[in-house]
Amino acid sequence: MKFRTKLLAGVMFASVVGVAVSAQAAEVKEVQMLHWWTSGGEAAALNVLKQDLAKEGFAWKDVPVAGGGGEGAMTALKAMVAAGNPPTASQILGYFAVDYAEAGKLGDITSLATKENWAKVVPTALQKFTTTNGKWDAVPVNIHSVNWVWINKAVMEKIGGTEPKTFDDFVALLDKAKAAGVIPLALGGQPWQEATLFDSVVASTGGIEFYKKAFVDLDESALKSDTMKKAFDNLAKLRAYTDPNYAGRDWNLATAMVIKGDALVQVMGDWAKGEFKAANKEAGKDFLCYRFPGTDGSVIYNTDMFAMFNVPADRKAAQLALADATMSISFQSAFNVVKGSVPARMDVPDTAFDACGKKGIADVKAANADGKFVGSMAQNYAQPPAVAGAYHDVVTKFFHGEIKTSDSAVTELVKALNAAK
Amino acid sequence: MTELTVAPLADVTMPRPRGSVRGRLQDALPKIVLAPSFAAILLFVYGFILWTMYLSFTNSKAFANNNFVGLKNYQQLWTWTFETDPPSNWYTAIVNMGLFGSLYVVCCLALGLTLAILLDQKIRGEGFLRPIYLYPLALSFIVTGTAWKLFLDPGIGLEKAVRDLGWTSFSFDWVVNPRMMIYCVAIAGIWASSGFVMALFLAGLRGIDSEILKAAQIDGASGFAMYRRIIIPIMRPVFFSALIILTHLAIKSYDLVLSVTGKNPGGAAELPSTFMYTFTFTRNQMAVGSASAVIMLMAIAAIMVPYLYSELRDKGQ
Repeated sequence: MKFRTKLLAGVMFASVVGVAVSAQAAEVKEVQMLHWWTSGGEAAALNVLKQDLAKEGFAWKDVPVAGGGGEGAMTALKAMVAAGNPPTASQILGYFAVDYAEAGKLGDITSLATKENWAKVVPTALQKFTTTNGKWDAVPVNIHSVNWVWINKAVMEKIGGTEPKTFDDFVALLDKAKAAGVIPLALGGQPWQEATLFDSVVASTGGIEFYKKAFVDLDESALKSDTMKKAFDNLAKLRAYTDPNYAGRDWNLATAMVIKGDALVQVMGDWAKGEFKAANKEAGKDFLCYRFPGTDGSVIYNTDMFAMFNVPADRKAAQLALADATMSISFQSAFNVVKGSVPARMDVPDTAFDACGKKGIADVKAANADGKFVGSMAQNYAQPPAVAGAYHDVVTKFFHGEIKTSDSAVTELVKALNAAK
Repeated sequence: MTELTVAPLADVTMPRPRGSVRGRLQDALPKIVLAPSFAAILLFVYGFILWTMYLSFTNSKAFANNNFVGLKNYQQLWTWTFETDPPSNWYTAIVNMGLFGSLYVVCCLALGLTLAILLDQKIRGEGFLRPIYLYPLALSFIVTGTAWKLFLDPGIGLEKAVRDLGWTSFSFDWVVNPRMMIYCVAIAGIWASSGFVMALFLAGLRGIDSEILKAAQIDGASGFAMYRRIIIPIMRPVFFSALIILTHLAIKSYDLVLSVTGKNPGGAAELPSTFMYTFTFTRNQMAVGSASAVIMLMAIAAIMVPYLYSELRDKGQ
C-alpha cells in the first residue's frame, strides 16, 4: 500500500538524520551562552569575548530569550535547567548563582581557577557567589557599585555647590538646587530604585559596619535600632527633593534628566555612567561622580557573573575556554571601560578608564583591604531574593506613604524580613 | 457557539457500515485526529494544574522539591489577606483585581454594545469606522500600556498639553499616584478591548432574524423597546462569550499593569498575576506563588462554573 511505503521512507529518513546528528555530537566546539546584553555598548563589549573565543576555534551561540531583560532570561534559564538541558554558561546575578550551586546544577572550573590564581585577584567578599565549598563554579565579569551620586557639572557650577561630604552637606546642596529652580534629585520611583537609594542612605547614616550588621547578618537589634529609624527619616527627607512625577519612572530617564541639566543629581549604580557615555558626556568635564556622601571608602557592590553549568564532558573544553577568556585582563579592561563598571580582577591596569572608573578601581581595592566591600541588599547581593524582595516592599511602601512613620517602617521591616527568611 | 462546534463532530462520529479496513479507519479518524490535542491539553493544562497544587503544599523555593509543609503557604496568604495597614502585597492584589476586573468587564461590555448598536444604524462609512475601533486589539498590551503611560504622564502628556492650551490649574496625575494607578490600567485595558467586544456584538446584531424585527415594528414597538425587549435578550449568547473572554483577559492581565505603572511603585499596582509571577520566579518562593495560583484558579472557578452551568443547562433543554 502507498501508505506503508511512505511510512517506510519516513522511518529510513529519520534514522539517516539520527545517525548524522549522533556523529556530530562527538565534538562540540561551541559555547552556548544565555545573556541579556543585547543593546548597543554592551553587545559591542561582548563582541570582544566572541572574537577571543573564535580565535581559539570556539563558535558562539546566543540562547534566545523572549522578552529581553534579566527577569525573562532567569525564567528561561530555570526552564532549561529543569529540563536537563542547561546552556554552557549564563549571565547570572547574586543569589541566583548560589541557588543553582546548592541545587547541584553548576560545574567545576577549580582547576583553571587554581592555575590562574583567581582567589588572589578577585575581591574576597565576591567569591561567596563564584565559589561553593571552595569550588569555583562561576566567573565574575565586572563589579558595579551602588553608592554613587552623579552630578551635572554645569548645574553644580551654576548653583555654586561643592562636593558634599556628609548627609547634611548633601541636603544643603539639594536645598541650593531647589532655591535655584532646578529639580534637585532625579529619581525613578520604582521599588528597586528606591531600595538602591536606601542602601546608600543606611550606609551613610549608620556607617558600613552598621549596614553589614543589619543587612548581611540580619541582626534584629540593628534592624530595630534608632539608627535604622534615622535612616528611614533621612530617606523621607530626600523625598521632598524629587519632582512630583517620579513614580514609576525608569532609571535611565532619571539619568537623562541629569544629563540634560533639568536635575542636579541622581543616586544610582555606576551603570548610569553608560548613559552619560552614550550622550557623549565626559567624566570630570560634563558630569561629576562622587561616592554617596558619608560612604567614601566603602563599596556596596553588585556584580555580573557567568555561571558555569554542569555540562556533558564533550562541552567542558568550550566552557573552560569561555571562563579563561572572560577572566583575561584584556577582556576585563575592554568590557568594563564600555559598561561603566570596574573589572572584577584587582590587577587590571586602570589606564584605559576615565576619572570615575579610576576612582572606582581604587575604591574596590581599598574597600576590599579594609573589609568595607559589602553586597548590596537592594540588588540581591546581601540576602537571597525572598528577603531582598521583602526589603523592596517595605522601602517602597514607606517612600510612597503607605507606611507612615519610621517607627512602623522599622517594625514592618523586621516582620517582613522574618517572614521571608 | 457551543452548538456550532459540537454539531459537526456529532455528524462525523455517526456510525458507518463496518467491516472493511477503510470503513473502520474512517470511524476512528476523528478520534485519531483529536487524540494529540486531547493528550496535550490533558498534560499541559490539567496535568500542570495538579502539579501546581502539589507544589503549593511543599516548601519549594528556587526549584521544586518534595518537602511537605501542609497548609502553611495558604495560612501565610490567609494572614496577608487581612493585613491592611500597611497593605500587604496580596491584599493590594485582591483589591486591585476587584477594581480593575469589574471596571474592565463592565465598561468593555457597555462601550462595546453601544458602539455596535450605533454602527448598526446603516451609517455611511461603516467599513471604514469598524477597523478603527478594532485596531487597538492589534497592538500588544506592552505597547498599549507604554503608550498610555506616556500619554497620561503629567510631565509630558495630557496634563501638560491642557495646561499649555491655557487651563493652567488642570491636573490629572493618576498615573504617578500609586492610589489611582490601577484606574489608569483599567482605562488602557478598556481602550484596547472594547473594539473587540464591539465586533462580537456587531456579529450578533447582524445574525438576528429580520422577520422578528419586522413583526415587532408592525406591532408598533419603538426603537428603544425593540433593543431592550428583543435584540439584547436575543444576544445573550454573545454576552456569554464576551464575558468569558473579558474575564479571563482581566485575570491574566500582566504586561498591561507592568507597562502602565512602571514596575509597581509603592507596591500599589499589584495584581494576583504579578504577585504569582514575582513570588514564583523572582523571589524564589515557588510554593507561595503556587498557592496563590491555586487560589486564583479557585476564585475563577467559583465565578465561572455556576455561570457556565446555568448557561449550558438552558441550552440543553
